[in-house]
Amino acid sequence: MTFLSYLISGLSLGSVYAIIALGYTMVYGIAKMLNFAHGDVIMVGGYMSFIATAHLGWPPLASVLLAMVVCTALGIVIERFAYKPLRAAPSLAVLITAIGVSYFLQNAALLIWSSNPKSFTSIVRLPSLKLFDGELTVSSVAIVTIISCIIIIIALTFVIGKTKIGKAMRAVSEDKEAAQLMGISVNQTISVTFAIGSALAAIAGVLLCSAYPILMPTTGSMPGIKAFTAAVFGGIGSIPGAFWGGLLLGMIEIFGKAYISTELSDAIVFSILIIVLLVKPTGLMGKKISEKV
Amino acid sequence: MHTRRFRILTLVLALSMVFLAGCTAKPTGGTGTPIKIGGIGPLTGGAAVYGSSVANGAKIALEEVNALGGLQFELNFQDDEHDAEKSVNAYNTLKDWGMQILCGTVTTTPGIAVSTEAFKDRIFTLTPSASSTKVIEGKDNVYQLCFTDPNQGIASAQYIADNKLGTKIAIIYNNADAYSTGIYEKFISEAAGNNLEVVSTTTFTEDTANDFNVQLTEAKNAGADLIFLPIYYQPASLILTQADAMGYAPKFFGVDGMDGILTMENFNTELAEGVMLLTPFAADAKDERTVDFVAKYQEAYKEIPNQFAADGYDCIYAIYEACTKAGITADMDAATICDKMIAAFTASDFSVDGLTGENMTWSKTGEVAKAPKGMVIENGVYVGMN
Repeated sequence: MTFLSYLISGLSLGSVYAIIALGYTMVYGIAKMLNFAHGDVIMVGGYMSFIATAHLGWPPLASVLLAMVVCTALGIVIERFAYKPLRAAPSLAVLITAIGVSYFLQNAALLIWSSNPKSFTSIVRLPSLKLFDGELTVSSVAIVTIISCIIIIIALTFVIGKTKIGKAMRAVSEDKEAAQLMGISVNQTISVTFAIGSALAAIAGVLLCSAYPILMPTTGSMPGIKAFTAAVFGGIGSIPGAFWGGLLLGMIEIFGKAYISTELSDAIVFSILIIVLLVKPTGLMGKKISEKV
Repeated sequence: MHTRRFRILTLVLALSMVFLAGCTAKPTGGTGTPIKIGGIGPLTGGAAVYGSSVANGAKIALEEVNALGGLQFELNFQDDEHDAEKSVNAYNTLKDWGMQILCGTVTTTPGIAVSTEAFKDRIFTLTPSASSTKVIEGKDNVYQLCFTDPNQGIASAQYIADNKLGTKIAIIYNNADAYSTGIYEKFISEAAGNNLEVVSTTTFTEDTANDFNVQLTEAKNAGADLIFLPIYYQPASLILTQADAMGYAPKFFGVDGMDGILTMENFNTELAEGVMLLTPFAADAKDERTVDFVAKYQEAYKEIPNQFAADGYDCIYAIYEACTKAGITADMDAATICDKMIAAFTASDFSVDGLTGENMTWSKTGEVAKAPKGMVIENGVYVGMN
């Protein structure tokens, strides 16, 4: 029974990582850049939902929609003003800009909402589920998180595989110049990618804060880094890779804590990452792409 | 392209400057040059509630002391974001400003770094709340106003045993934090002598401080009836929420880091109902000084002061009384003041009555002697346990 409860904790934590990792991996796959500000967009999503529910008294679902709208707009604005001008610049410059944007968002949040932590009221207001005569308690947030993650991955696979914009994304990811010659607007496709990625960040932010209800300007940074690790673990650029990478990372973290040592949980997570990358440098599901000369 | 990048960079820099700026409280009454007291603590960042409280409490005390018309003081409080490196930078800024006495730092990890510098520079230091013995160890000019971590660990174990609060104890602590680890170690050794059975010990770090299901499940399976939390209130709020979601309701016992949990915005204080903690200060105390302080604090800062505010307040009074006793004037240099202050603090007839304790005295090692109070949260406020 304890095992089952750990499994559910792991799946729930893993689902949050997976949703965040999807944002990293999509942007990397299409724009070929590491958007380190992604974790901070999550934080903004959390604050938006917090303001809507705690200050404005909106219903939970409306607060999620607000968070998604604001984060989507934020994602597009960041892309337009910070990354687009650097499209031709070396990737290192873009990386540093991304770190700059990350600090900018954190400090802006500090100015607006101050550093005092806020306690987030879960958007899932259902009682915990008691199974096996109360021996196993599953929190409703965990269930909602896991289900949301599955819905998102199915929807995303559909969008990328079956729709016109998805086709454009795949084409841009494959070869930017060739895609442009075929009449695809590369800039627009990248903007849409950022929009989708940021909307996912908003959902991740709300779920993260619902499960771990503490909200500070730095709330998004550590889960952001872990999710980035998950994306690399699964194979950066690969959508199923991010999903499995996130889930596995969450479960390894929880099981490592439970059965090996609470002190070593992060060491275990990162050792496994190193081993996987040694054996399979492209990550679990990453495709090996031979460099064109 | 470059101009835009430059603009963003400038903006980031400009913003960070905003956070580097500190605040200065000038003397309001009396005449003569004021003695310059430097203060260091987190005014921004995750531990900001402690630094802001100390700074606010100190400012109230400063105004009162200056209004007495005797020695005049000026306080310059700098932000360190609870970061050792930034704390040393803040210390250097204060030195350039001409600091003669240091009231800092607020938190332990920066405190260890800064007190080493203050020891080298011979600047008298009284920390309001950096509680590790490492802050004062081997430094004859560094004094503490708060209990040391070992004292908190020992006092907690004794308190739990004496009041029969629990027999099977689980501990969750932050093994990356000197404060948390220091209390934990003493608690463990003291628990053994007090017939307290520690059935589960689990840890976390800042990086893993979001999921506590594993730690709580272990404690529950081990049959713990009391969980000891020698940690700060942010992770503690998560532990309380997650224990509640699990349907697990042991007793919770915290230390001074738990203070602040009730003022966390939007926190459901029902979750903290029955949480116990050892703290030297109770805002609900009925003595005249506390009532007066709480009223002033509420008027100025719109919240009920926690023990850190009281620590900051007492710090200024302790400095004031020692300065008066040692005959210190504003024209003396820091090293002279330092020697006189050490003599005053360790003098056998020197004691300070403050909000956080009557008759506080100091040993040569820099530790304070005062009695802790047991508090329990009832209906969303601290109530004395006895």
